[in-house]
Amino acid sequence: MNIAYVFFTFKYVSVIPSPQQGAQALPIAANIQALSHSFADRQVLRNVSFRVDQGAFVGLLGANGAGKTTLFSILTRLLRSSSGNVFLFGHDLQQSPAAALATLGIVFQQPTLDLDLSVLQNLQYHGAIQGMSPTNVQSRAQDELERLQLWDRRHEHVRRLNGGHRRRVEIARALLHEPRLLLLDEATAGLDLESRIQLQRHVRTLIETRGLAVLWSTHRAEELEASDTVILLDKGAVCAQGQLSTLITAAGVEDTNQLLLSLSKTRA
Amino acid sequence: MNISAYLYCLWGVLKREFQRSVQQRTRFISALVRPLLWLAVFAAGFRGSLDSVVIALYGSPINYEVYIAPGLIGMIILFNSMQSSLSMVYDREMGSMRVLLTSPLPRSWLLFCKLLAIALTSLLQVYTFLAVAFFFEVTPPALGYLAALPAILIGAFMLGALGLLLASLIEQLENFAGVMNFVVFPLFFLSSALYPLSFMAKASTGVYWACVINPFTYVVELIRHALYLDLNTHALVVTLAAGSVLTAGAILGFDPARRMLSTGRSRGH
Repeated sequence: MNIAYVFFTFKYVSVIPSPQQGAQALPIAANIQALSHSFADRQVLRNVSFRVDQGAFVGLLGANGAGKTTLFSILTRLLRSSSGNVFLFGHDLQQSPAAALATLGIVFQQPTLDLDLSVLQNLQYHGAIQGMSPTNVQSRAQDELERLQLWDRRHEHVRRLNGGHRRRVEIARALLHEPRLLLLDEATAGLDLESRIQLQRHVRTLIETRGLAVLWSTHRAEELEASDTVILLDKGAVCAQGQLSTLITAAGVEDTNQLLLSLSKTRA
Repeated sequence: MNISAYLYCLWGVLKREFQRSVQQRTRFISALVRPLLWLAVFAAGFRGSLDSVVIALYGSPINYEVYIAPGLIGMIILFNSMQSSLSMVYDREMGSMRVLLTSPLPRSWLLFCKLLAIALTSLLQVYTFLAVAFFFEVTPPALGYLAALPAILIGAFMLGALGLLLASLIEQLENFAGVMNFVVFPLFFLSSALYPLSFMAKASTGVYWACVINPFTYVVELIRHALYLDLNTHALVVTLAAGSVLTAGAILGFDPARRMLSTGRSRGH
Protein backbone atom coordinates (compact mmCIF):
# COMPACT_ATOMS: atom_id res chain seq x y z
CA MET A 1 0.00 0.00 0.00
CA ASN A 2 1.44 3.33 -1.06
CA ILE A 3 0.95 5.13 2.22
CA ALA A 4 3.86 7.06 3.60
CA TYR A 5 2.47 8.19 6.87
CA VAL A 6 -0.69 8.10 8.81
CA PHE A 7 -1.68 10.91 11.03
CA PHE A 8 -5.01 10.44 12.62
CA THR A 9 -7.09 12.22 15.17
CA PHE A 10 -10.80 12.77 14.92
CA LYS A 11 -10.05 16.32 13.81
CA TYR A 12 -7.86 15.42 10.88
CA VAL A 13 -6.95 12.31 8.97
CA SER A 14 -4.25 12.13 6.34
CA VAL A 15 -2.74 9.13 4.63
CA ILE A 16 -1.41 10.80 1.49
CA PRO A 17 2.28 10.67 0.67
CA SER A 18 4.39 13.39 2.24
CA PRO A 19 5.76 16.00 -0.20
CA GLN A 20 9.27 14.53 -0.06
CA GLN A 21 8.13 11.04 -0.88
CA GLY A 22 5.66 12.39 -3.46
CA ALA A 23 8.59 13.56 -5.56
CA GLN A 24 9.17 9.94 -6.52
CA ALA A 25 5.52 9.30 -7.35
CA LEU A 26 3.48 9.79 -10.52
CA PRO A 27 3.24 13.28 -12.05
CA ILE A 28 0.69 15.45 -10.28
CA ALA A 29 -2.44 16.06 -12.34
CA ALA A 30 -4.02 18.51 -9.93
CA ASN A 31 -2.40 20.22 -7.02
CA ILE A 32 -4.82 22.20 -4.90
CA GLN A 33 -3.17 24.41 -2.33
CA ALA A 34 -4.91 26.13 0.58
CA LEU A 35 -8.09 27.08 -1.27
CA SER A 36 -10.56 29.20 0.63
CA HIS A 37 -13.68 30.86 -0.66
CA SER A 38 -16.52 32.94 0.71
CA PHE A 39 -19.84 34.11 -0.68
CA ALA A 40 -20.38 37.46 1.03
CA ASP A 41 -19.89 36.67 4.73
CA ARG A 42 -20.44 32.91 4.36
CA GLN A 43 -17.27 30.85 4.08
CA VAL A 44 -17.85 27.79 1.91
CA LEU A 45 -14.28 26.52 1.49
CA ARG A 46 -11.65 26.58 4.22
CA ASN A 47 -8.01 25.99 3.47
CA VAL A 48 -8.62 23.02 1.16
CA SER A 49 -5.47 21.24 -0.02
CA PHE A 50 -5.05 17.93 -1.82
CA ARG A 51 -3.63 16.48 -4.98
CA VAL A 52 -4.63 14.09 -7.71
CA ASP A 53 -1.89 12.01 -9.29
CA GLN A 54 -1.87 11.11 -12.97
CA GLY A 55 -3.69 7.85 -13.57
CA ALA A 56 -5.40 7.98 -10.18
CA PHE A 57 -9.04 7.85 -9.23
CA VAL A 58 -9.76 10.26 -6.41
CA GLY A 59 -13.18 10.47 -4.84
CA LEU A 60 -14.33 13.75 -3.41
CA LEU A 61 -16.91 12.77 -0.85
CA GLY A 62 -19.13 15.06 1.14
CA ALA A 63 -22.73 15.72 2.04
CA ASN A 64 -24.83 18.23 0.11
CA GLY A 65 -23.55 21.71 0.93
CA ALA A 66 -20.07 20.48 1.87
CA GLY A 67 -18.49 22.71 -0.79
CA LYS A 68 -17.91 20.20 -3.60
CA THR A 69 -19.62 22.22 -6.33
CA THR A 70 -17.88 25.43 -5.29
CA LEU A 71 -14.58 23.58 -5.40
CA PHE A 72 -15.40 22.33 -8.91
CA SER A 73 -16.36 25.83 -10.02
CA ILE A 74 -12.94 27.03 -8.88
CA LEU A 75 -11.11 24.12 -10.54
CA THR A 76 -12.88 24.91 -13.84
CA ARG A 77 -12.27 28.67 -13.47
CA LEU A 78 -15.94 29.53 -13.38
CA LEU A 79 -15.13 31.07 -10.05
CA ARG A 80 -11.99 32.63 -8.65
CA SER A 81 -11.12 31.55 -5.14
CA SER A 82 -10.71 34.12 -2.39
CA SER A 83 -7.27 32.63 -1.68
CA GLY A 84 -5.10 29.63 -2.54
CA ASN A 85 -3.73 28.14 -5.75
CA VAL A 86 -4.66 25.48 -8.28
CA PHE A 87 -2.05 23.83 -10.49
CA LEU A 88 -3.15 21.49 -13.28
CA PHE A 89 -0.25 19.46 -14.66
CA GLY A 90 2.01 22.20 -13.33
CA HIS A 91 0.09 25.06 -14.94
CA ASP A 92 -1.16 27.72 -12.57
CA LEU A 93 -4.88 28.09 -13.29
CA GLN A 94 -4.78 31.85 -12.72
CA GLN A 95 -1.47 32.59 -14.43
CA SER A 96 -1.82 30.18 -17.40
CA PRO A 97 -5.54 29.44 -17.70
CA ALA A 98 -5.36 28.32 -21.35
CA ALA A 99 -2.72 25.66 -20.69
CA ALA A 100 -4.41 24.56 -17.47
CA LEU A 101 -7.95 24.34 -18.85
CA ALA A 102 -6.77 22.47 -21.95
CA THR A 103 -5.88 19.53 -19.70
CA LEU A 104 -9.39 19.31 -18.26
CA GLY A 105 -12.43 17.33 -19.26
CA ILE A 106 -15.49 18.27 -17.25
CA VAL A 107 -18.84 16.71 -16.52
CA PHE A 108 -20.95 19.09 -14.49
CA GLN A 109 -23.57 18.11 -11.97
CA GLN A 110 -26.14 20.12 -13.90
CA PRO A 111 -26.83 18.87 -17.46
CA THR A 112 -25.07 21.19 -19.89
CA LEU A 113 -26.00 19.84 -23.30
CA ASP A 114 -27.83 22.02 -25.79
CA LEU A 115 -31.16 20.24 -26.06
CA ASP A 116 -31.98 21.88 -29.41
CA LEU A 117 -28.92 20.41 -31.10
CA SER A 118 -28.13 16.85 -32.08
CA VAL A 119 -25.61 14.65 -30.26
CA LEU A 120 -23.00 15.27 -32.94
CA GLN A 121 -23.69 19.01 -33.12
CA ASN A 122 -23.13 19.26 -29.37
CA LEU A 123 -19.77 17.57 -29.75
CA GLN A 124 -18.86 19.69 -32.75
CA TYR A 125 -19.61 22.85 -30.80
CA HIS A 126 -17.52 21.68 -27.87
CA GLY A 127 -14.63 20.73 -30.14
CA ALA A 128 -14.75 24.15 -31.80
CA ILE A 129 -14.60 26.09 -28.54
CA GLN A 130 -11.66 23.89 -27.54
CA GLY A 131 -9.94 25.10 -30.73
CA MET A 132 -10.09 21.72 -32.53
CA SER A 133 -10.28 21.51 -36.31
CA PRO A 134 -13.58 20.19 -37.78
CA THR A 135 -11.77 17.16 -39.24
CA ASN A 136 -10.23 16.29 -35.91
CA VAL A 137 -13.57 16.81 -34.14
CA GLN A 138 -15.34 14.48 -36.55
CA SER A 139 -12.79 11.73 -36.06
CA ARG A 140 -12.64 12.08 -32.28
CA ALA A 141 -16.44 12.31 -32.00
CA GLN A 142 -16.76 9.05 -33.91
CA ASP A 143 -14.21 7.37 -31.61
CA GLU A 144 -15.91 8.49 -28.42
CA LEU A 145 -19.49 7.95 -29.56
CA GLU A 146 -18.70 4.49 -30.89
CA ARG A 147 -17.07 3.60 -27.59
CA LEU A 148 -20.27 4.59 -25.81
CA GLN A 149 -22.54 2.97 -28.43
CA LEU A 150 -23.99 6.31 -29.42
CA TRP A 151 -22.63 6.74 -32.93
CA ASP A 152 -25.83 5.43 -34.50
CA ARG A 153 -27.78 8.05 -32.61
CA ARG A 154 -25.47 10.96 -33.46
CA HIS A 155 -28.12 12.84 -35.46
CA GLU A 156 -30.80 12.57 -32.77
CA HIS A 157 -31.69 15.69 -30.84
CA VAL A 158 -30.42 15.50 -27.29
CA ARG A 159 -33.93 16.39 -26.09
CA ARG A 160 -35.05 12.92 -27.19
CA LEU A 161 -32.42 11.03 -25.19
CA ASN A 162 -33.03 9.68 -21.71
CA GLY A 163 -30.97 10.81 -18.71
CA GLY A 164 -28.48 7.96 -18.92
CA HIS A 165 -27.78 8.55 -22.61
CA ARG A 166 -27.42 12.28 -22.07
CA ARG A 167 -24.81 11.62 -19.41
CA ARG A 168 -22.95 9.36 -21.83
CA VAL A 169 -22.97 12.14 -24.40
CA GLU A 170 -21.55 14.47 -21.75
CA ILE A 171 -18.78 11.97 -21.03
CA ALA A 172 -18.03 11.67 -24.75
CA ARG A 173 -17.95 15.44 -25.00
CA ALA A 174 -15.68 15.79 -21.97
CA LEU A 175 -13.20 13.35 -23.53
CA LEU A 176 -13.37 14.79 -27.06
CA HIS A 177 -10.29 16.98 -26.77
CA GLU A 178 -8.32 14.19 -25.06
CA PRO A 179 -7.97 15.76 -21.62
CA ARG A 180 -5.57 14.31 -19.05
CA LEU A 181 -7.74 15.03 -16.03
CA LEU A 182 -11.43 14.28 -15.90
CA LEU A 183 -13.59 16.11 -13.38
CA LEU A 184 -17.01 14.69 -12.64
CA ASP A 185 -19.27 16.63 -10.31
CA GLU A 186 -22.06 14.38 -9.04
CA ALA A 187 -22.17 12.87 -12.51
CA THR A 188 -24.53 10.11 -11.42
CA ALA A 189 -27.16 12.51 -10.08
CA GLY A 190 -30.58 11.63 -11.45
CA LEU A 191 -29.46 8.35 -13.03
CA ASP A 192 -30.96 4.95 -12.33
CA LEU A 193 -28.85 2.23 -10.73
CA GLU A 194 -27.89 0.54 -14.01
CA SER A 195 -26.79 3.81 -15.62
CA ARG A 196 -24.81 4.73 -12.50
CA ILE A 197 -22.95 1.43 -12.54
CA GLN A 198 -22.24 1.69 -16.29
CA LEU A 199 -20.91 5.20 -15.87
CA GLN A 200 -18.62 4.20 -13.03
CA ARG A 201 -17.30 1.22 -14.98
CA HIS A 202 -16.64 3.36 -18.03
CA VAL A 203 -14.71 5.96 -16.05
CA ARG A 204 -12.61 3.33 -14.29
CA THR A 205 -11.87 1.72 -17.63
CA LEU A 206 -10.65 5.08 -18.93
CA ILE A 207 -8.13 5.24 -16.11
CA GLU A 208 -6.78 1.80 -17.01
CA THR A 209 -6.73 2.29 -20.77
CA ARG A 210 -5.71 5.93 -21.08
CA GLY A 211 -4.01 6.73 -17.81
CA LEU A 212 -6.50 9.50 -17.13
CA ALA A 213 -6.61 11.12 -13.73
CA VAL A 214 -10.15 11.36 -12.36
CA LEU A 215 -11.62 13.52 -9.63
CA TRP A 216 -15.04 12.09 -8.89
CA SER A 217 -17.27 14.17 -6.68
CA THR A 218 -20.18 12.45 -5.00
CA HIS A 219 -22.25 12.26 -1.87
CA ARG A 220 -22.93 8.55 -2.43
CA ALA A 221 -20.48 6.45 -0.45
CA GLU A 222 -21.37 3.34 -2.46
CA GLU A 223 -19.77 4.82 -5.58
CA LEU A 224 -16.32 4.48 -4.07
CA GLU A 225 -14.22 1.38 -3.68
CA ALA A 226 -12.13 0.46 -0.66
CA SER A 227 -8.90 0.96 -2.58
CA ASP A 228 -9.83 4.43 -3.83
CA THR A 229 -8.13 7.52 -2.57
CA VAL A 230 -10.76 9.80 -1.11
CA ILE A 231 -10.96 13.39 0.05
CA LEU A 232 -13.67 13.86 2.66
CA LEU A 233 -15.12 17.33 2.64
CA ASP A 234 -17.24 18.60 5.50
CA LYS A 235 -18.51 22.15 5.96
CA GLY A 236 -16.03 23.38 3.37
CA ALA A 237 -12.93 21.80 4.92
CA VAL A 238 -11.03 18.60 4.21
CA CYS A 239 -11.64 16.51 7.30
CA ALA A 240 -9.84 13.41 6.06
CA GLN A 241 -7.96 12.16 3.03
CA GLY A 242 -6.27 8.93 2.07
CA GLN A 243 -7.12 5.41 1.00
CA LEU A 244 -10.72 4.71 1.93
CA SER A 245 -10.11 1.34 3.58
CA THR A 246 -7.32 2.82 5.70
CA LEU A 247 -9.49 5.69 6.82
CA ILE A 248 -12.29 3.33 7.80
CA THR A 249 -9.90 1.12 9.77
CA ALA A 250 -8.22 4.05 11.46
CA ALA A 251 -11.57 5.52 12.50
CA GLY A 252 -12.74 2.17 13.87
CA VAL A 253 -15.96 2.19 11.88
CA GLU A 254 -17.50 -0.33 9.51
CA ASP A 255 -18.15 1.58 6.31
CA THR A 256 -17.88 4.90 4.51
CA ASN A 257 -21.23 6.20 5.71
CA GLN A 258 -20.24 5.61 9.32
CA LEU A 259 -16.90 7.25 8.66
CA LEU A 260 -18.61 10.35 7.29
CA LEU A 261 -21.00 10.48 10.22
CA SER A 262 -18.28 10.07 12.83
CA LEU A 263 -16.10 12.76 11.25
CA SER A 264 -19.04 15.09 10.90
CA LYS A 265 -20.05 14.60 14.54
CA THR A 266 -16.50 15.18 15.71
CA ARG A 267 -16.22 18.40 13.72
CA ALA A 268 -19.58 19.61 15.01
CA MET B 1 -3.27 28.23 -28.76
CA ASN B 2 -2.51 29.17 -32.36
CA ILE B 3 -4.55 31.40 -34.62
CA SER B 4 -6.40 28.48 -36.21
CA ALA B 5 -7.78 27.49 -32.79
CA TYR B 6 -9.30 30.96 -32.50
CA LEU B 7 -10.84 30.68 -35.96
CA TYR B 8 -12.23 27.18 -35.29
CA CYS B 9 -13.82 28.58 -32.15
CA LEU B 10 -15.31 31.52 -34.06
CA TRP B 11 -16.67 29.19 -36.71
CA GLY B 12 -18.10 26.85 -34.07
CA VAL B 13 -19.93 29.64 -32.23
CA LEU B 14 -21.32 31.09 -35.49
CA LYS B 15 -22.40 27.66 -36.64
CA ARG B 16 -24.16 26.94 -33.37
CA GLU B 17 -26.08 30.23 -33.55
CA PHE B 18 -27.08 29.43 -37.12
CA GLN B 19 -28.18 25.91 -36.12
CA ARG B 20 -30.23 27.32 -33.30
CA SER B 21 -31.75 29.93 -35.62
CA VAL B 22 -32.83 27.16 -37.96
CA GLN B 23 -34.32 25.34 -34.97
CA GLN B 24 -36.14 28.48 -33.89
CA ARG B 25 -37.58 29.77 -37.17
CA THR B 26 -40.50 31.40 -35.38
CA ARG B 27 -38.02 33.63 -33.57
CA PHE B 28 -36.71 34.90 -36.90
CA ILE B 29 -40.19 35.47 -38.28
CA SER B 30 -41.52 37.15 -35.15
CA ALA B 31 -38.51 39.46 -35.13
CA LEU B 32 -39.68 40.70 -38.55
CA VAL B 33 -43.39 40.87 -37.79
CA ARG B 34 -42.92 43.53 -35.10
CA PRO B 35 -41.16 46.18 -37.24
CA LEU B 36 -43.29 45.37 -40.26
CA LEU B 37 -46.43 46.04 -38.24
CA TRP B 38 -44.97 49.37 -37.20
CA LEU B 39 -44.18 50.14 -40.80
CA ALA B 40 -47.49 48.98 -42.27
CA VAL B 41 -49.87 50.15 -39.55
CA PHE B 42 -48.30 52.76 -37.27
CA ALA B 43 -46.38 54.57 -39.99
CA ALA B 44 -49.40 54.53 -42.34
CA GLY B 45 -51.33 56.60 -39.83
CA PHE B 46 -48.60 59.24 -39.74
CA ARG B 47 -47.83 59.09 -43.46
CA GLY B 48 -48.17 62.80 -44.12
CA SER B 49 -46.83 64.01 -40.80
CA LEU B 50 -43.50 65.11 -42.28
CA ASP B 51 -44.97 66.78 -45.38
CA SER B 52 -44.13 70.24 -44.15
CA VAL B 53 -40.71 69.36 -42.79
CA VAL B 54 -37.50 69.18 -44.74
CA ILE B 55 -34.85 67.05 -43.06
CA ALA B 56 -31.42 68.03 -44.36
CA LEU B 57 -30.34 64.45 -45.01
CA TYR B 58 -33.23 63.72 -47.36
CA GLY B 59 -33.29 67.14 -49.07
CA SER B 60 -37.04 67.19 -49.66
CA PRO B 61 -40.18 66.23 -47.72
CA ILE B 62 -40.50 62.48 -47.20
CA ASN B 63 -43.17 59.98 -46.19
CA TYR B 64 -43.11 58.95 -42.54
CA GLU B 65 -42.30 55.37 -43.62
CA VAL B 66 -39.00 56.58 -45.02
CA TYR B 67 -38.19 58.38 -41.78
CA ILE B 68 -39.14 55.56 -39.47
CA ALA B 69 -37.38 52.75 -41.42
CA PRO B 70 -33.90 53.30 -39.85
CA GLY B 71 -35.56 53.44 -36.44
CA LEU B 72 -37.22 50.12 -37.13
CA ILE B 73 -33.87 48.69 -38.24
CA GLY B 74 -32.59 49.83 -34.85
CA MET B 75 -35.58 48.11 -33.28
CA ILE B 76 -34.72 44.83 -35.02
CA ILE B 77 -31.13 45.01 -33.80
CA LEU B 78 -32.17 46.01 -30.30
CA PHE B 79 -34.71 43.23 -29.93
CA ASN B 80 -32.38 40.65 -31.44
CA SER B 81 -29.67 41.66 -28.98
CA MET B 82 -32.09 41.36 -26.09
CA GLN B 83 -33.30 38.01 -27.41
CA SER B 84 -29.69 36.82 -27.52
CA SER B 85 -29.17 38.14 -24.02
CA LEU B 86 -32.25 36.21 -22.90
CA SER B 87 -30.85 33.15 -24.64
CA MET B 88 -27.58 33.56 -22.72
CA VAL B 89 -29.42 33.77 -19.41
CA TYR B 90 -31.30 30.62 -20.45
CA ASP B 91 -27.99 28.97 -21.39
CA ARG B 92 -26.62 29.87 -18.00
CA GLU B 93 -29.64 28.46 -16.21
CA MET B 94 -29.50 25.34 -18.37
CA GLY B 95 -25.78 25.05 -17.76
CA SER B 96 -24.53 25.21 -21.36
CA MET B 97 -22.91 28.58 -20.64
CA ARG B 98 -20.51 26.75 -18.31
CA VAL B 99 -19.23 24.74 -21.24
CA LEU B 100 -18.41 27.88 -23.17
CA LEU B 101 -16.73 29.55 -20.21
CA THR B 102 -14.48 26.58 -19.48
CA SER B 103 -12.91 26.78 -22.94
CA PRO B 104 -9.15 27.36 -22.82
CA LEU B 105 -9.55 30.29 -25.21
CA PRO B 106 -9.64 33.78 -23.67
CA ARG B 107 -13.05 34.80 -22.40
CA SER B 108 -12.84 38.09 -24.30
CA TRP B 109 -12.49 36.10 -27.54
CA LEU B 110 -15.45 33.90 -26.64
CA LEU B 111 -17.56 37.00 -26.03
CA PHE B 112 -16.38 38.52 -29.31
CA CYS B 113 -17.50 35.33 -31.09
CA LYS B 114 -20.91 35.60 -29.42
CA LEU B 115 -21.14 39.29 -30.37
CA LEU B 116 -20.31 38.59 -33.99
CA ALA B 117 -22.88 35.79 -34.09
CA ILE B 118 -25.53 38.14 -32.68
CA ALA B 119 -24.55 40.88 -35.16
CA LEU B 120 -24.73 38.54 -38.17
CA THR B 121 -28.16 37.29 -37.13
CA SER B 122 -29.29 40.91 -36.86
CA LEU B 123 -27.83 41.65 -40.28
CA LEU B 124 -29.86 38.89 -41.90
CA GLN B 125 -33.04 40.13 -40.25
CA VAL B 126 -32.36 43.76 -41.21
CA TYR B 127 -31.82 43.01 -44.91
CA THR B 128 -34.94 40.85 -44.99
CA PHE B 129 -36.82 43.79 -43.46
CA LEU B 130 -35.35 46.22 -45.99
CA ALA B 131 -36.43 43.94 -48.84
CA VAL B 132 -40.02 44.03 -47.58
CA ALA B 133 -39.82 47.77 -46.77
CA PHE B 134 -39.00 48.43 -50.44
CA PHE B 135 -42.69 47.81 -51.17
CA PHE B 136 -43.62 50.51 -48.65
CA GLU B 137 -41.71 53.12 -50.66
CA VAL B 138 -38.61 52.86 -48.49
CA THR B 139 -36.19 53.04 -51.40
CA PRO B 140 -32.75 54.30 -50.45
CA PRO B 141 -30.09 54.51 -53.18
CA ALA B 142 -28.82 51.10 -54.29
CA LEU B 143 -25.37 51.81 -52.86
CA GLY B 144 -27.00 52.81 -49.59
CA TYR B 145 -27.79 49.16 -48.90
CA LEU B 146 -24.08 48.43 -49.08
CA ALA B 147 -23.02 51.53 -47.16
CA ALA B 148 -25.43 50.67 -44.36
CA LEU B 149 -23.80 47.28 -43.79
CA PRO B 150 -20.89 48.47 -41.60
CA ALA B 151 -23.21 50.86 -39.78
CA ILE B 152 -25.62 48.02 -39.00
CA LEU B 153 -22.75 45.81 -37.85
CA ILE B 154 -21.31 48.52 -35.58
CA GLY B 155 -24.75 49.19 -34.12
CA ALA B 156 -25.36 45.46 -33.66
CA PHE B 157 -22.03 45.09 -31.86
CA MET B 158 -22.87 47.97 -29.54
CA LEU B 159 -26.35 46.69 -28.71
CA GLY B 160 -25.08 43.10 -28.56
CA ALA B 161 -22.55 44.20 -25.95
CA LEU B 162 -25.39 45.80 -24.01
CA GLY B 163 -27.23 42.49 -24.20
CA LEU B 164 -24.19 40.55 -22.95
CA LEU B 165 -23.70 43.01 -20.11
CA LEU B 166 -27.34 42.60 -19.10
CA ALA B 167 -27.01 38.81 -19.37
CA SER B 168 -24.10 38.92 -16.93
CA LEU B 169 -26.15 40.97 -14.49
CA ILE B 170 -29.51 39.22 -14.69
CA GLU B 171 -29.67 36.38 -12.22
CA GLN B 172 -32.88 34.69 -13.34
CA LEU B 173 -34.98 34.41 -16.47
CA GLU B 174 -37.93 35.78 -14.54
CA ASN B 175 -36.15 39.12 -14.21
CA PHE B 176 -36.06 39.57 -17.96
CA ALA B 177 -39.48 41.25 -18.14
CA GLY B 178 -37.95 44.07 -16.11
CA VAL B 179 -35.29 44.51 -18.77
CA MET B 180 -37.95 45.04 -21.41
CA ASN B 181 -39.69 47.69 -19.30
CA PHE B 182 -36.66 49.48 -17.95
CA VAL B 183 -34.12 49.11 -20.76
CA VAL B 184 -35.57 48.22 -24.15
CA PHE B 185 -38.65 50.44 -24.26
CA PRO B 186 -36.95 53.57 -22.87
CA LEU B 187 -34.02 53.05 -25.28
CA PHE B 188 -36.37 52.81 -28.23
CA PHE B 189 -38.92 55.48 -27.40
CA LEU B 190 -36.41 58.01 -26.03
CA SER B 191 -34.52 58.19 -29.30
CA SER B 192 -34.81 59.58 -32.80
CA ALA B 193 -36.30 56.30 -34.03
CA LEU B 194 -39.88 57.58 -34.21
CA TYR B 195 -39.53 61.36 -34.47
CA PRO B 196 -36.79 63.84 -35.36
CA LEU B 197 -35.09 65.28 -32.29
CA SER B 198 -36.29 68.75 -33.31
CA PHE B 199 -39.84 67.54 -32.69
CA MET B 200 -38.83 66.30 -29.27
CA ALA B 201 -37.17 69.64 -28.39
CA LYS B 202 -40.43 71.48 -29.10
CA ALA B 203 -42.47 69.05 -27.03
CA SER B 204 -40.25 68.70 -23.94
CA THR B 205 -36.71 69.77 -23.14
CA GLY B 206 -36.37 66.85 -20.69
CA VAL B 207 -37.38 64.26 -23.26
CA TYR B 208 -35.12 65.92 -25.84
CA TRP B 209 -32.09 65.63 -23.57
CA ALA B 210 -32.98 62.07 -22.69
CA CYS B 211 -32.88 61.34 -26.44
CA VAL B 212 -29.57 63.16 -26.83
CA ILE B 213 -27.81 61.11 -24.16
CA ASN B 214 -29.34 57.83 -25.36
CA PRO B 215 -26.72 55.85 -27.34
CA PHE B 216 -29.48 54.12 -29.30
CA THR B 217 -30.23 57.51 -30.95
CA TYR B 218 -26.75 57.41 -32.46
CA VAL B 219 -27.14 53.86 -33.74
CA VAL B 220 -30.32 54.94 -35.55
CA GLU B 221 -28.71 58.09 -36.94
CA LEU B 222 -25.59 56.23 -38.05
CA ILE B 223 -27.75 53.78 -40.02
CA ARG B 224 -30.07 56.51 -41.33
CA HIS B 225 -27.19 58.53 -42.75
CA ALA B 226 -25.37 55.48 -44.12
CA LEU B 227 -28.51 54.35 -45.97
CA TYR B 228 -28.48 57.68 -47.78
CA LEU B 229 -24.74 57.57 -48.42
CA ASP B 230 -23.74 60.03 -45.72
CA LEU B 231 -21.31 59.43 -42.87
CA ASN B 232 -22.52 60.84 -39.55
CA THR B 233 -19.15 61.06 -37.80
CA HIS B 234 -20.65 62.19 -34.50
CA ALA B 235 -22.98 59.17 -34.41
CA LEU B 236 -20.10 56.87 -35.40
CA VAL B 237 -17.85 58.12 -32.60
CA VAL B 238 -20.59 57.90 -29.95
CA THR B 239 -21.63 54.40 -31.08
CA LEU B 240 -18.04 53.15 -31.07
CA ALA B 241 -17.36 54.71 -27.68
CA ALA B 242 -20.55 53.31 -26.15
CA GLY B 243 -19.80 49.93 -27.74
CA SER B 244 -16.30 49.89 -26.23
CA VAL B 245 -17.57 50.75 -22.75
CA LEU B 246 -20.36 48.17 -22.93
CA THR B 247 -18.00 45.48 -24.25
CA ALA B 248 -15.56 46.17 -21.41
CA GLY B 249 -18.48 45.94 -19.00
CA ALA B 250 -19.58 42.62 -20.50
CA ILE B 251 -16.05 41.18 -20.25
CA LEU B 252 -15.89 42.27 -16.63
CA GLY B 253 -19.37 40.85 -16.05
CA PHE B 254 -18.20 37.42 -17.20
CA ASP B 255 -14.95 37.57 -15.26
CA PRO B 256 -14.74 34.62 -12.85
CA ALA B 257 -13.80 36.92 -10.01
CA ARG B 258 -17.00 38.87 -10.45
CA ARG B 259 -20.70 38.15 -10.58
CA MET B 260 -21.02 35.29 -13.05
CA LEU B 261 -21.67 32.11 -11.08
CA SER B 262 -20.02 33.67 -8.08
CA THR B 263 -22.98 34.25 -5.83
CA GLY B 264 -23.46 30.70 -4.73
CA ARG B 265 -26.35 30.24 -7.13
CA SER B 266 -24.97 27.01 -8.48
CA ARG B 267 -26.65 23.91 -7.17
CA GLY B 268 -24.99 22.63 -4.10
CA HIS B 269 -22.01 24.33 -2.54
